[in-house]
Amino acid sequence: MRRLLAVFGTLSMLFCGSAAAQQPEPQWQTVLDKARGQEVFWNAWGGGDVYNNYIDWVAGRVAEEYGVTLRHVKLGDTAEAVRKVLAERSAGRSTDGAVDLIWINGENFKTMKDSALLYGPFTDRLPNFKLVDTDEKPTTVLDFTVPTDGLESPWGMAKLVFVHDTAVLSDPPKSIAAILEHAKANPGRITYPAPPDFTGTTFLKQALYELVENPVDLLSPAGENFDAVTAPLWNYLDALSPLMWREGRDFPKTGTAQRQLLSDGAVDLSYSFNIGEASSAIAEGLLPDTARTYVLDGGTIGNTHFVAIPFNAAHKDGAMVVANFLLSPEAQARKAHPDIWGEQTVLSMDRLSDDDRALFENLPRGVATLSETDLGKTLPEPHPSWMVRIEEAWLKRYGS
Amino acid sequence: MTFLPAAPWVTLAVFLLPVLAGLAGAVLPAFGYLPALDGTDASLDPWRRLLDYPGFAGSLWMSLWTGFAATMISFALAIGFAAAWRGTRVFRSLQRLIAPLLSVPHAAVALGMLFLLAPSGWLLRAGSPWATGFVRPPDWATAPDPYGIVFILALVVKETPFLFLMTVAALNQVREREIVTTARTLGYGPATAWLKCVLPLVYPQLRLPVYAVLAFSLSVIDVALVLAPATNPPLGVLILRWFNDPDLGYQFVAAAGAVTQLAVVAAGIVVWWGVERLVGAMGRRWASAGDRAVLDRPVAVFSLAGTGVLWFLGAGSLLGMAVWSMARQWRFPDTLPSEWSLMNWMRRGETLIGLGGTTVTVGLISAGIALVLAVACLEHEKRDGLKPTARALWLLYIPLLVPQVAFLFGAQVLLVTAGIDGGWTALIWAHLLFVLPYVFLSLSDPFRSLDERYRTTALCLGLRPSAVFRRVTLPLLLRPILVAFAVGFAVSVSQYLPTVFAGGGRLETLTTEAVSLAGGGDRRLIGMLVFAQSVLPFVAFLLAAALPAWAFRNRAGLRGLT
Repeated sequence: MRRLLAVFGTLSMLFCGSAAAQQPEPQWQTVLDKARGQEVFWNAWGGGDVYNNYIDWVAGRVAEEYGVTLRHVKLGDTAEAVRKVLAERSAGRSTDGAVDLIWINGENFKTMKDSALLYGPFTDRLPNFKLVDTDEKPTTVLDFTVPTDGLESPWGMAKLVFVHDTAVLSDPPKSIAAILEHAKANPGRITYPAPPDFTGTTFLKQALYELVENPVDLLSPAGENFDAVTAPLWNYLDALSPLMWREGRDFPKTGTAQRQLLSDGAVDLSYSFNIGEASSAIAEGLLPDTARTYVLDGGTIGNTHFVAIPFNAAHKDGAMVVANFLLSPEAQARKAHPDIWGEQTVLSMDRLSDDDRALFENLPRGVATLSETDLGKTLPEPHPSWMVRIEEAWLKRYGS
Repeated sequence: MTFLPAAPWVTLAVFLLPVLAGLAGAVLPAFGYLPALDGTDASLDPWRRLLDYPGFAGSLWMSLWTGFAATMISFALAIGFAAAWRGTRVFRSLQRLIAPLLSVPHAAVALGMLFLLAPSGWLLRAGSPWATGFVRPPDWATAPDPYGIVFILALVVKETPFLFLMTVAALNQVREREIVTTARTLGYGPATAWLKCVLPLVYPQLRLPVYAVLAFSLSVIDVALVLAPATNPPLGVLILRWFNDPDLGYQFVAAAGAVTQLAVVAAGIVVWWGVERLVGAMGRRWASAGDRAVLDRPVAVFSLAGTGVLWFLGAGSLLGMAVWSMARQWRFPDTLPSEWSLMNWMRRGETLIGLGGTTVTVGLISAGIALVLAVACLEHEKRDGLKPTARALWLLYIPLLVPQVAFLFGAQVLLVTAGIDGGWTALIWAHLLFVLPYVFLSLSDPFRSLDERYRTTALCLGLRPSAVFRRVTLPLLLRPILVAFAVGFAVSVSQYLPTVFAGGGRLETLTTEAVSLAGGGDRRLIGMLVFAQSVLPFVAFLLAAALPAWAFRNRAGLRGLT
């Protein structure tokens, strides 16, 4: 297997190493030709400056390189884009839709895939998709256990990390059980964002993984076994709630709101799905200089996020050109830069040319960012059906 | 001017048709009809799911409690203050102080209060650690709090000035001074005299504004997103959450929720109306019972203290945000930032100009269109000698009485069908729905009370009606017209939900960006947005005050005219 990979790597190196100098395949050339001059509306969550600035940079690069005008439609919630595509279908608009590209994963992807709201498969048409590490990073083709079937193109890797302020708490709790112990000793200092905020649900998933008897159960859809499998989670949360911030009667609304609480010194921990977020927040003055990240001893949940094209997108070619550019070593290395975004790449180092690999190897690492080895084990996301039911059950128990 | 006779109809069409169509777009899915999602059969399933939704009842109660509390407190403060302090210097200075608060968007006040009153907020920072002993923020449940108190306060900060100024406007229509003087010679204290004799005359004109405030408070979303607790938020927040749920089945639940919201507002108005009758009946007995001044002192003290606190909260919120916009590092418990910097403004200048540009463009255009329509309607009314009826006024108030969330989703489908969603046309039109009533309301009184003899004289001198309008009416009314324009502009700047729905995410204003960042945590950026958001309407009002002074610099007689 390893040798096969190496051979494949060399081949792809030959193939892509000098892609800029070579003529692209004729089919891709057609896409490039059609894309030139198109205005692509990319619906992407716009709640973070770091991400918005990166998207701005992408817009500049694709305009320069491919003559594509990229417009960032800032969403408060990705589901807004799903709803928009839906509203268009109910109005009978099956071409010339307003959404060309969506930053998406998990539940939203499953919804769009199930309702046939997506265009594709298209990823095999993207030249750079061959560089994606689909072997070592299986989440690039299995989105929350749902096969992507080429309907979305991977963009970045996310992994849950815990943030603490070393000046306040030097020895943070390193397991879900230890967090409960910490809360017992320090009431009011632990919280998590209220689901359905994704950081909040990720915390619940993490807890579920550590508490459940048989984690394999979580990889297939939730059914009759729901109550039995999740019972330990509810016991845990029942014990934790009265010891939480505001005695578990209120919650921060988002992960960034919790980061603000950590920065204010109101709680001891916050969670982030971006390994580099804490470093850039320190640089921005949004976290104290003494903030650091860590992962739990048993590993933490990780996933991949993607871009997808709606079935009725007006500018599919332009959207594909953008998706392909997002997979380029240049764009991925910039995304991995701690001052820019600081996220793990979806690409395989083995499949890159020496020059491209150097782009990644020469990257500095943020002051609060963990190295590849310190990041530890990555736990897979449970099947989306678990989260839907857990969110419901959580709302019944704690959210009302 | 063939446009004139059509003006009332154009105005009504701009208003009512979309609202009605939008309502249909919410009612049909609530009963299972939404073809895009294979909902073609009538069903009560959305309602079952709505009732089963965990926390639905709690949210309903939260909406009712906060909506009624905010309206009642605002009403009591506005009326109490007018009763006790009318005619004093305190009254005049408050009138000046409170006007700027009126023009500040709701979201700006909400964001400011979030920082002012949170456990890690400015108030506690100012007192820590020297007075409170806190080096870390205490684990208190304030801003947001589980009972929605801070949420109510934010609404009161915004609504009291509105009701107060509406009261002042209504007072100009009754012979208040004579009435109060007569009552006082009979030995009544000033506040008691006012409440017993003037309020019954003024209230009929306050009724619609009060209903509009009640409807708004029962269904508001942007303030709730910022200040309501995460558990049991007001109904509007739940509805928005369902609209945004990745599981498209929730669209039906959201539609049922929107219809519920409509029912809540309708029921709320009916209840208020009932209480009105009851209080009216009791008040009649009280008015003739003979007490001369029991209420005077409590009303004076309570209303002055209340409005003082409000003003302090409003001003403190905005000031806090302005300070944040110039902070680099500001950690608890520092009273002021430890590092100052203009970096925020330099670095985000471009974003700010972009957002501000959209905000100003939409504001100017929608206020401009609204002004033309309102002036045309009023001029038509005047030329045809029509008497405005109470019913016409109700029509005008419809967009203010129907909860926004109840018809905006349906209206969005309409916009998509017309192919104008996410464009300037849609955005301006959505704003116009809410700008027009306010422009009309603010202009109709001065327009109608303009002395008819000016017009008649000019006509007798041989001027054509259009020339009379241009050369007599317009200059005489320049000041109220500009104020109406500024009011319209301020209303446009503050719109959140209409911008979210009609702008389709492609067009963003300072307000939508500020609310979407509310959960995002960078208080420096929020501070800048809130600051910009509050300054824009203020500038509009300043210009509205300055322009006539400049235009009439050579006309002594026009300078004092309203």
